[in-house]
Amino acid sequence: MSATTTDATLAWDDVLAAFDPVLGLEVHVELGTNTKMFCGCATEFGAEPNTQVCPVCLGLPGALPVVNEVAVESAIRIGLALNCEIAQWCRFARKNYFYPDMPKNFQTSQYDEPIAFEGFLDVELDDGSTFRVEIERAHMEEDTGKSLHVGGSTGRIHGATHSLVDYNRAGIPLIEIVTKPLRGAGERAPEVARAYVATLRDLLKALDVSDVKMEQGSMRCDVNLSLMPKGTTTLGTRTETKNVNSLRSVERAVRYEMCRHGAILKDGGSILQETRHWHEDTGITTSGRVKSDADDYRYFPEPDLVPVAPTRETVESLRATLPEPPAQRRKRLQSDWGFSDLEMRDVLNAGLVDLIGETVEAGATPAGARKWWSGDIARRANAEGSTDVASYAAERSITPAHVVELEGLVTSGRLNDSMARQVWEGVLDGEGSPTAVADARGLELVQDDGALEAAVDEVIAANPDVAQKVRDGKVQAAGALIGQVMKAMKGQADAGKAREIILAKLTS
Amino acid sequence: MTTDLTRASAAELADLLTSGGTSSVEVTQAMLDRTEAVDGDVHAYLHVDREGALSSARDIDERRSRGEQLHRLAGVPIAVKDVMATKGLPTTCGSKILEGWVPPYDATVVSRLKQAGMPILGKTNMDEFAMGSSTEHSAYGPTRNPWDLDRIPGGSGGGSSAVVASFQAPLAIGTDTGGSIRQPAAVTGTVGTKPTYGGVSRYGLVALASSLDQAGPCTRTVLDAALLHEVMGGHDPMDSTSIDAPVPPVVEAARRADVTGMRIGIVRELTGEGFQAGVQARFDESVQHLVDAGAEVVEVSCPSFTAALAAYYLILPSEASSNLAKFDAMRYGLRVLPEGVDDPSAEQVMAATRDAGFGDEVKRRIILGTYALSSGYYDAYYGSAQKVRRLIADDFAKAFESADVLVSPTAPTTAFRFGDKIDDPMAMYLNDIATIPANLAGVPGMSLPSGLADEDGLPAGFQILAPATADDRLYAVGAALEQRLHAAWGGPLLAQAPDLSTSTTKGA
Repeated sequence: MSATTTDATLAWDDVLAAFDPVLGLEVHVELGTNTKMFCGCATEFGAEPNTQVCPVCLGLPGALPVVNEVAVESAIRIGLALNCEIAQWCRFARKNYFYPDMPKNFQTSQYDEPIAFEGFLDVELDDGSTFRVEIERAHMEEDTGKSLHVGGSTGRIHGATHSLVDYNRAGIPLIEIVTKPLRGAGERAPEVARAYVATLRDLLKALDVSDVKMEQGSMRCDVNLSLMPKGTTTLGTRTETKNVNSLRSVERAVRYEMCRHGAILKDGGSILQETRHWHEDTGITTSGRVKSDADDYRYFPEPDLVPVAPTRETVESLRATLPEPPAQRRKRLQSDWGFSDLEMRDVLNAGLVDLIGETVEAGATPAGARKWWSGDIARRANAEGSTDVASYAAERSITPAHVVELEGLVTSGRLNDSMARQVWEGVLDGEGSPTAVADARGLELVQDDGALEAAVDEVIAANPDVAQKVRDGKVQAAGALIGQVMKAMKGQADAGKAREIILAKLTS
Repeated sequence: MTTDLTRASAAELADLLTSGGTSSVEVTQAMLDRTEAVDGDVHAYLHVDREGALSSARDIDERRSRGEQLHRLAGVPIAVKDVMATKGLPTTCGSKILEGWVPPYDATVVSRLKQAGMPILGKTNMDEFAMGSSTEHSAYGPTRNPWDLDRIPGGSGGGSSAVVASFQAPLAIGTDTGGSIRQPAAVTGTVGTKPTYGGVSRYGLVALASSLDQAGPCTRTVLDAALLHEVMGGHDPMDSTSIDAPVPPVVEAARRADVTGMRIGIVRELTGEGFQAGVQARFDESVQHLVDAGAEVVEVSCPSFTAALAAYYLILPSEASSNLAKFDAMRYGLRVLPEGVDDPSAEQVMAATRDAGFGDEVKRRIILGTYALSSGYYDAYYGSAQKVRRLIADDFAKAFESADVLVSPTAPTTAFRFGDKIDDPMAMYLNDIATIPANLAGVPGMSLPSGLADEDGLPAGFQILAPATADDRLYAVGAALEQRLHAAWGGPLLAQAPDLSTSTTKGA
């Protein structure tokens, strides 16, 4: 049977029963440098087309590249953070192919001498286990321009009447991070892929080398996938699904390709080595360009650039600038804060680690910080349709200091929990700081023990049966009395103190 | 005034300008008049910038009259090889594919000429993209040798040497990838230097082979070459391969012209068999002159030089195939639509344009280079050539242990007739046998006239090679030899050239 690109898919369980997936991920990251890789042009996203260009990034005859030192430092820091070796000496290479959005018709990249190689990234999966992703290499290159195909319905070149090219992106520094073929992920392959990209994104963010916005294309993922029949060890033919640009899509694309490969192989067919396009809306891939090992980019060392040869001192001084790895930081914070695994996972998923950290730093207890951020504030954010608590809070000028202030009001005994919730409502409605809201709304626990005692006496007198139960040792019956007391006090009493008084009167 | 300004050297013109004996406008106008009179025969220029040159000349004269401190060569006009980007002036590289292209920027060398206040007369003819040894590969017709209009002026920079030899300019910029400054100098009876690789910025020099290209001076005297070398040379942050060091003391060396105690190494592999008898005879006489001047002669052997031509014709086409990929009709230059195609794709337009826009020699080398870089052939061709390149550098290093400079005839023959070698690329390539090793090793070289060959009465060239960054030695040896030869000839060799303005062919 000949190679095919059929869209039939095999049921997930049948795929897993017959095959082991082999996964390879190539992630392109646009560095956040102020200038391009080989010239002084600006790199700002969203500028008018072809306004951030010069003879160098337009590839005009005679122009020559000069390496951006900051980009090289970023590349080294990324390599170090991925536990890679850093090359003592490496060169750029030209990757030759013709394409209208590539000004020189070669891409200045690296080939057999990457700046960083042989590393790994430990990725935590949903069940708390760790999967080690082996990194083959991280290398430096320049981005291409951007083609806009006009006149067709799909925005793809097929069916377009003409194309426009924006060279603002041409020459933006890129780091390409390539994993080794990842075996042994089995049914967790889609999750491993997603978790790897997420972990990598967090790491790059912590390194402050890129804004890693998948939706803007500053982080782009290509998914390589092949299947091996169970019990065999020879790699199957792979497909490369290009530009899978969200975490969820990475997971879905792996799963889809596994099912698609499974259907072909199960029927005795063979996989066509090709690039595939990912369709976010329908969740499928379609055939792209046929890619074979005969594809020949005629790489050779870039003669217009001198080798990059970072001294060991440079490498070590860059190593010293590495932030604590996000996973390690999470473990440390969880232990510092005394959160359970579940609590920590919730906080992570809600993207609240940094806010809680700042709040604790500002003087709140970890429990208090977690309680308010992931409780009332998050609930309100969700109710208003926002999934990002941090930006919701930022838009409303809610700061860690507010949380500290509110917690102070509770611990000092001025407010109880239900009053504190009312205060949050006010703060989120823009009525001012917690103290200002409490003042304005007249929220304050009654501090007069005499009034509380009087209320207790009244409630005991009105509920002789319940009082007797408490006297007989059924201490939990006191709850009903406390509720009555709080009602009588219109909520503005300290329930703990009411309980104390009731028990003192009935059990001593 | 009795002095014929067109026959004066740049150094003499500089003195005249400084002393007020002439003005830059007068000098520039004299050059333009000469061009008007003789370039119909010679065809050294592809483009003459009459207005621009005179306007710069007026500007310099004004500044001088205001008493401004000016550069030594201020006001001395110059011609520039058409491979250098000149803002506002057409730059074709002798190719149809760049017909009409006007660069929006200046090459660094051109900026430096402008900073020095040197009016730019125009752009000189060359073999297309500097591929050739005769200018017969120029898409705009060949340049003729002022010594004999039926003969080649050398190449690729035949225009730059002919413009100087025919007294249309005292100075010209050339570029030398395998001999394109030195071989034309040899066959036109002029002086040319290829500086140390990295000694002169390549920014704005349209690349033929990036690792071999080097711009340098084309002049009528050794001192003029030194003066121009000093203007052109020096570090440029826009060229990564530029050497970050001051220009060697070339002018001082040319003025002192002292070879006392210097060891002159005759390269065994670059003399004797294959060299025209008259060329060899003039070479031997020149060596004797140097001995008379106090130098010591040693014989050295550079066995790897025999493989230089083969290595060169793998490295050059490889780099050229990639450097010339940018000429694709997408952004500038020629655009040709394929015939009989209704709705051509970008790729079809690229192919049609490159087919129509490139000449045969360019296509030959692009094909050779593409082949040599192809996967499966890379190691055998490009890889082996790089190894040979290292061996050649080793040979040079060893030779320079026993000699301070190396010498040879510049080219094996005097100027050949048009058409003699056009259909035999190997015969054409062999013309550069003695000049190519310097480019492969990055060492500097100079050619100066050694006299006329007895059998044809045409100029022969004497080549001097020095270790990298020791360019000043070329000038010490060159100037010492020039002094003795001028004494023997009773004046410069070019005084013996036919007077073009009275030639029978159609002038201006």
